[in-house]
Amino acid sequence: MPELIAAIRPDEQSFALLLHLVGATVVFGALLASATSLALARGETRLLRLGYFSLLLVGLPGLILMRLAGEWLYRLQGWDDLPDQIEQPAWLGIGFVVADWGGLLFLASLALGGVGVHRLRNGKGSAGLLKLTMVIALILIVAYIVAVWAMTGKPS
Amino acid sequence: MSFQDWIFALHLLTAATLVGSLVMSWIVVVALYSVETADETLSLNRVALVGTATTVAGLAGTIAFGIWLAILHDAFQVWDGWVIVAIALWAIATVALLRSFVESAKPAGRARALVASGQTGANTDLAALNRTKTGLLLRALASAAVVLIVIDMIWKPGA
Repeated sequence: MPELIAAIRPDEQSFALLLHLVGATVVFGALLASATSLALARGETRLLRLGYFSLLLVGLPGLILMRLAGEWLYRLQGWDDLPDQIEQPAWLGIGFVVADWGGLLFLASLALGGVGVHRLRNGKGSAGLLKLTMVIALILIVAYIVAVWAMTGKPS
Repeated sequence: MSFQDWIFALHLLTAATLVGSLVMSWIVVVALYSVETADETLSLNRVALVGTATTVAGLAGTIAFGIWLAILHDAFQVWDGWVIVAIALWAIATVALLRSFVESAKPAGRARALVASGQTGANTDLAALNRTKTGLLLRALASAAVVLIVIDMIWKPGA
């Protein structure tokens, strides 16, 4: 039924959906760039820095846009007005888990990577911290794939 | 989930891969802009190659699952206006991206030649290749086409 839903979706909702998708794909692209750069860095400073700053300068704005536009869409579609006896669908729950808990994980990876990049600048060892940042980026990539599947397939 | 739901999910997963890979390729292009040495060019080229592979997977998956979905679905057809527009934009994005990959390979080739001849310092020719406008314009064209596809898919004009 997506084409029917699209046909009756007001323009305001379509615009919120567009912003949500742009934000989600920007953060997904930043995670891909970060994980790849950190995985292929072999200790090279430029790639280690690229891995971190992809997350900070591209991923973080994308994450904020995705979350805010998602919230806007949630309210426009009236999900916040559901009666208590009606449960929220599972696909929406999965989306919130990935956006909110994934967002916290994302912030943790930024903090760890930030310390790693700072230590890198001072010539201290930072391999462990940036490896951890890469692992978190990979976990988030998998989480985003699950979220896209849930939001599009709407399994419940 | 029905079989059709799975095809729809795969269509959107590959579309997300395509757009995400484009974002990734822009990150690499911007990073290359300040690179003047062969070693650093080759390092970034390794990252770019992963982006190229995911972009190709995204392009192929999006069109394959998209057409499959249009065939399965009773409510819309491959010859609907908004579907034809999307396919035309996909073709423009594909041609522009394939051409941009050729442009991206030039600095990597030059960097390999420099490394082979033992020149590992800053090189003005290599720096100029890393800042070439052709690849940038092709990538911008492809990105614009992909954004228009997303807009076309959300609003479905004429549906």
